[in-house]
Amino acid sequence: MERHIAKDPASPAPNADVAAEDVSQKAQKARLAKAWQAPKSWRYLSDVNNSVVGIWYIGTAFFFMLFGGALALIMRLQLAVPENDLVTAEMYSQLFTLHGTVMMFLFAVPIFEAVAILILPAMLGARDLPFPRLSAFGFWCFVIGGVFVSGSIFFNAAPDSGWFMYPPLSTEQGGIGTDIWLLGLSFIEVASIAAAVELIVGVLKCRAPGMHINLIPLYGWYVLVVGGMILFAFPPLIAGDFLFEMERAFDWPFFDVTRGGDPILWQHLFWIFGHPEVYIIFLPAIALLAMIIPTFAQRPIAGYSWIVLSALGTGFLSFGLWVHHMFTTGLPAISLGFFSAASEAVAIPTGIQIFVFIATVMLGQVVRSVPMLFCLGALATFIVGGLTGVMLAIAPFNFQVHDTHFVVAHLHYTLIGGMLFPVMGGVWYFFPFATGRKLSYRLGLWSFWLSFIGFNSAFLPMHLTGLLGMPRRVFTYGADRGWEWLNLASTIGAFVFAAGFLVFVWDCVRSMTHGAASGRNPWNAGTLEWLTPLPGPDYGLRAVPQVESRYPLWDDKTLAARTDRGEGYLPDAPEGRRETLITTVLDAEPLYVLRVKGPSWIPAITAIGLGGVFIFVTFEWYWLTFASGLFFFAALMVWIWTGTAEIPEKPTKDIGDGRQMPLYSSGPTSPGWWAMFITMTGDLTAFLALIFGYFFFWTIHTDFPPPGVTGPGWVWPLAAAALSLTAWALTLAARWINARGNAFLARLLLGLAMLAAAAAAAALLGGPWLTGLDPTSHAYPAIVWALALWTALHLGVGIIMQAYCVARSVFGRMTPKHDADLWNTTLYWHFAAFGAIVTAAVIGGFPLLT
Amino acid sequence: MQFDAGHRQRAVLVGLGGVPAVVLSACNPVQSALHPAGADAAGVAQLFWVMAAGAVAIWIVVIGCAIYAVLGRRRPSNEKFADRFILVGGVAFPSVTLAFLLYFGLSLLPAWTETDSPDLRVHVTAEQFWWRIGYERPDGSRIESANEVHLPVGAVVEFVLTSPDVIHSFWIPALGGKMDAVPGRTNVLRLQPTRTGSFRGACTEFCGASHALMAFAVEIHEPEDFATWLEDEAAPAQADGAAFAKAGCSACHTIRGVSELGAVGPDLTHVASRQTLAAGTLENTPSAFRDWLVASDSIKPGSHMPNFAMLPPDEIGALVALLEGLR
Repeated sequence: MERHIAKDPASPAPNADVAAEDVSQKAQKARLAKAWQAPKSWRYLSDVNNSVVGIWYIGTAFFFMLFGGALALIMRLQLAVPENDLVTAEMYSQLFTLHGTVMMFLFAVPIFEAVAILILPAMLGARDLPFPRLSAFGFWCFVIGGVFVSGSIFFNAAPDSGWFMYPPLSTEQGGIGTDIWLLGLSFIEVASIAAAVELIVGVLKCRAPGMHINLIPLYGWYVLVVGGMILFAFPPLIAGDFLFEMERAFDWPFFDVTRGGDPILWQHLFWIFGHPEVYIIFLPAIALLAMIIPTFAQRPIAGYSWIVLSALGTGFLSFGLWVHHMFTTGLPAISLGFFSAASEAVAIPTGIQIFVFIATVMLGQVVRSVPMLFCLGALATFIVGGLTGVMLAIAPFNFQVHDTHFVVAHLHYTLIGGMLFPVMGGVWYFFPFATGRKLSYRLGLWSFWLSFIGFNSAFLPMHLTGLLGMPRRVFTYGADRGWEWLNLASTIGAFVFAAGFLVFVWDCVRSMTHGAASGRNPWNAGTLEWLTPLPGPDYGLRAVPQVESRYPLWDDKTLAARTDRGEGYLPDAPEGRRETLITTVLDAEPLYVLRVKGPSWIPAITAIGLGGVFIFVTFEWYWLTFASGLFFFAALMVWIWTGTAEIPEKPTKDIGDGRQMPLYSSGPTSPGWWAMFITMTGDLTAFLALIFGYFFFWTIHTDFPPPGVTGPGWVWPLAAAALSLTAWALTLAARWINARGNAFLARLLLGLAMLAAAAAAAALLGGPWLTGLDPTSHAYPAIVWALALWTALHLGVGIIMQAYCVARSVFGRMTPKHDADLWNTTLYWHFAAFGAIVTAAVIGGFPLLT
Repeated sequence: MQFDAGHRQRAVLVGLGGVPAVVLSACNPVQSALHPAGADAAGVAQLFWVMAAGAVAIWIVVIGCAIYAVLGRRRPSNEKFADRFILVGGVAFPSVTLAFLLYFGLSLLPAWTETDSPDLRVHVTAEQFWWRIGYERPDGSRIESANEVHLPVGAVVEFVLTSPDVIHSFWIPALGGKMDAVPGRTNVLRLQPTRTGSFRGACTEFCGASHALMAFAVEIHEPEDFATWLEDEAAPAQADGAAFAKAGCSACHTIRGVSELGAVGPDLTHVASRQTLAAGTLENTPSAFRDWLVASDSIKPGSHMPNFAMLPPDEIGALVALLEGLR
C-alpha cells in the first residue's frame, strides 16, 4: 500500500466533446473514490479519515455524556429529600467526582475535538487533516482512557476527592480511585494535546488556496485560539499530575506540609489549567454559533474582526484568572484585587461576541429554525452564567458563596448555556453534513423546550439554595434548614432536562437511517463545508476550489457547478493516493502536496500499548507496565518508520491549472515541522510549570534550599548543560552537513551527539545522586529530582530521535534532499537543550544566589 | 464598617425591595447569607441584591434585543449601526459598569491589618469531621471547647484557622465570608456580629465522606451574657470518671477536672450543654448519646470516633449518664 506506484494519469484532451468529458469525469471520480474509500466490515475500525473518526469521536463523547448525566440524576435523587439514604456517603463522593470528571474530560473537551475533526477540513477546503492517523490515535486513547476512568465506579473504586482532587485529602486518604483519575486523565490529556496539534496545523497549513488569514471561517479562528490554549493549559496539569503521582507512588512530598511541601501548589497548577479549561470548552461552542447565526440570518457576520479579536482576548485573559478559584485560601488583598479585576475584564470580550451575534441577526433576514432556537436558548442561559460570574469575581461576594450551591448553579449555567445548548444546535445544523439527512423539526422543538425548561427549573433555584447556606458536595442535609423545596424542584427539573436530552438522542439515532433526505446545502449556507452533494462522498470535495471570500457559496453562485465539473485543484488521484494541499500560513499560497495516510491498525495498536502503560502502572504492576511500554515503543517506531517522511516516486506533480507542486517538504514548510514545534511548545509549558513549582517552594520557605542540605552542587549541572549544548550543536551540524551531501559525516556527528546527550543525562542525574539527595526527605530534593528526571527523560527521547535519523540515513529513507526527519530532530533539540540549560541553572545555579 | 455605603444602597433597594422581602420571609435564616447578623454579611447581602437587580435588568435588555432581532418588523439595515451597537453594548457599557462594580465591591474587602488587635481571638482547628474551638484569654491561654462558637455581639472577633489533616473551610453565613483551614498554614478571618441570636456554620471545602456532617452551632450573646457563658465554659467539670476511663474514652477525650489525658477528639467538659452532638449531626438528647456511642460509624461515615457497640448495655448506660451530667 505504501509503495503503490502510479499508473498513467488520465489527461483529458482540450477539445474533447461532452461525452468524452463525462467519461474522463467519471474516471477521475472513480479514482478519487478508490483512494479515499473507507474500509469495509470489521476493517472499518482501522479507518483514519476525519469524516469517519469524527463521527466515532462525537458518538463516544455523547455516550460518556449520557453516563455522566446518569450519575448526576442519581445525585439529584439522593438530594431530592432531606436525610435521604439512597446512596452512601462514600458512593456519593464517587458520584460527584466522576460526574465532574466525565463531563469535563470525557465530554466537554473531546466534543470540541470531535466536531472540529469532522467539520474543519471541509470548511477549510481540505480533504483531510494533515495527520489522520494521529486523530485516530487520539480517538483510541480517549476510548481506552475514558472506559478505564468511568468503569471504576462499577467496582466501587472511582475517584472520590472531587474533580479537582485537592491534596492532602486525595494524596493521603484517596484510594486506587485517585490513581485511576491521575493516570487515566493524563492518558486522555495526551489525546487532547494530539488533537490540538492536529487542528492547529490544520488551520494554519491546510487551507484551500487563496483563503487568506482574514478569510478563514470564524470556526477556524476559534479552533486556532482553543488549540493554542490547550497547549498552554493542559501541560501544567500534566506537570501537576507528574508531581502528584510521584508523591502517591514513591512518597516524594510535594504536597505534604510535614516535609516542606504545600497543598496550595496543586491548587495553582490545577487552576492554571482549570480556568482556561472553561474557555477551552466555551469558545468552540461559541464558534458553532458563529457559523449557525450568519447562515440563518442569511448574511455575513456583522463584525468579523470583532469576533477574532475578542476570541484572542478571551483566550489570553483566561490565563490570568485562575486565582479566583482560590479566593478563600488566605491570599493578600493585593492578589484578591488583581484577580477580581482580571476576572471582570474577561466579561468584555465575551460580551462583544454576544453583541456581534445579535447585530448579525438584526441586520439579516432571519430564518426561524431549530438551530436558531438552540442559539437563543444558549444565549439566554449563558448570559445568566456570565452575570453570576461577574458577581463571583468580586472577592467579598465570593467569600460568601464560594463552594456553595450558588457556584454549582453558576457553573452549570455557563457550561450548559455556553457549551451544551450550542453543541445541540451544532449537531442539528451539521447533521445533514454528516449524514445527508435532517433531524425531525417536531422532535427538535420538544427536545429544546424540555431541556430548556428542565434545566432552568433544576438550576435557577440552586442560586438561592446556595445563598441560604447549602454547601456543595454534601450527600445529605437536615430537614430543618429550609432547603427541601428548592432541592425537590431541582431534582424534578433535572429529570425533565434529562427527558429533553433523551428526545434529542433518540431523534439523532432515528434520523440517521429514517430522517428526510436533506439535499445539497439545505440551509443555504455560505461556507465551503456545504459545497459537496449530500451525503458527501468519502473523498469530500470533488476538487479544491480557489477561495476569494469569506462566504464563497454566497459570493460565487457558479462555484458548486464548477467544482462538480472538477474545476479546481487535485480533482484526480492518478497515483491512487490520498492527497491534500499544504499552503502558506498567511496567504494560503499552495506549497506542496501532502500525501496523507490511509486506513491502518497502527494508531489503535499504539494507543493500546500506551493505554497499557497508564493502566498497569495504576495497579503498580511494574513488569507489565514495562512490557507494555516496550510494545508501545515498537508500535510507535513502526508507525513513524512506515508512515512519515516518505520519499515520493517523483519530485512534483500537477495539481491542476497547470501548476506543478512538490511532493516532499522538510523544515518550516512541512506540516510535520509545525507539529513538532507546536508539541514542543506544549512540552515546554509543562516544564515551566515544574520550574514554577521550584520557585513556589522557594517563596513559601524562608530557607530554600533548607539548611543542612548540600543540593546537587554546581559542577554536575554545569557539565550537563555543557554536554547538552554540545549534543545540540552536533545535531545542528549534522543537518547542515547532510544537506550538503555528506551523509556519512552527518551520521558520525549524530553518533557523537548521542554520546554527548547520554553523558549530559548521566551528569544531570549524577548531581543529586552523588550528593545523596533523598527525594522522600523534603520537597526541595524532591523538586530537584523531578526537574532532573524530567530533563533527563527529554534528553533520552532526543537520543532516540538521533538514532532514528542515523537509521533512516543508513536505510536510504533520509537523504540530503529528503531530510524532514533531521529537521524535526534538530527542532526537538532546540527545546531539549534549552530545557537542560534552564534545569542546570535552576538546580545548580540558583542555590548559589541564596 | 461599611454602614454608610450600606444605607445608600438600602435606599436604592427600597424601590425593588418587594421581591426579596417576600422570598426571604419564607426562608429559614439559620444558615443564610441573606439574613445577615454580622457587618460583613450585611455588606455582601446588600451588594448581592444590587448586583441581582442589575443582572436581571441586563438580562432582560440583552435577551430583549435578541428577541427583537429575531421577531422585530422594522430593523436597521446599515453596517454602521452594527458597529455602534457592538461598541456600546459590548465595550462601553460593560467597561463602565464593571469598573463601578469593582470599585464598590472591592471596598467591602476587609480593611484590617494585623496590628489592630481584635476584641476576642478564637482558635479554630478544623478536623475530620469536627471543630476544635479555643477561646483565647488575655494572657494567651485558651479555654478549650468544640463544635460550638459563642460570641459577644458587637465585638471584632478574630478566628485563627488551622487544620491537622486535610483542607476544610470555616463558614458562618450569617456573619460573613468563609476562609479555608489549610494544613501547614494559619489563616485569619475577622467577623463582627451585629445582633444576637442562634445561627449555624458549616464546613464548605469537601473534606471526606462526612463533609456534609461537619457543622457547628453559633450563639451570639449580649457581652455580659457571653462573659458569664465563658466563665462557665472555663470551669472544670465535677463527675465520676470511672466509666469514662474503663471504656477507654479517656485515651482520646478530655473532661477537664475529671480526666485530662486525651486530646485527639473533642473536649467533653461541658458536652451536655451543647446544642448538638457529633458536630451538628444529632440533637443533644440522651438517646442521641446512646446512638452515637453504638453506631458512630454509620451515623458519620469515615469518622475517627470508634463504634462502642461491643460494650455491655450497663456500661453504655453509665457513659450516657456521665455525659448527660456534663453541663
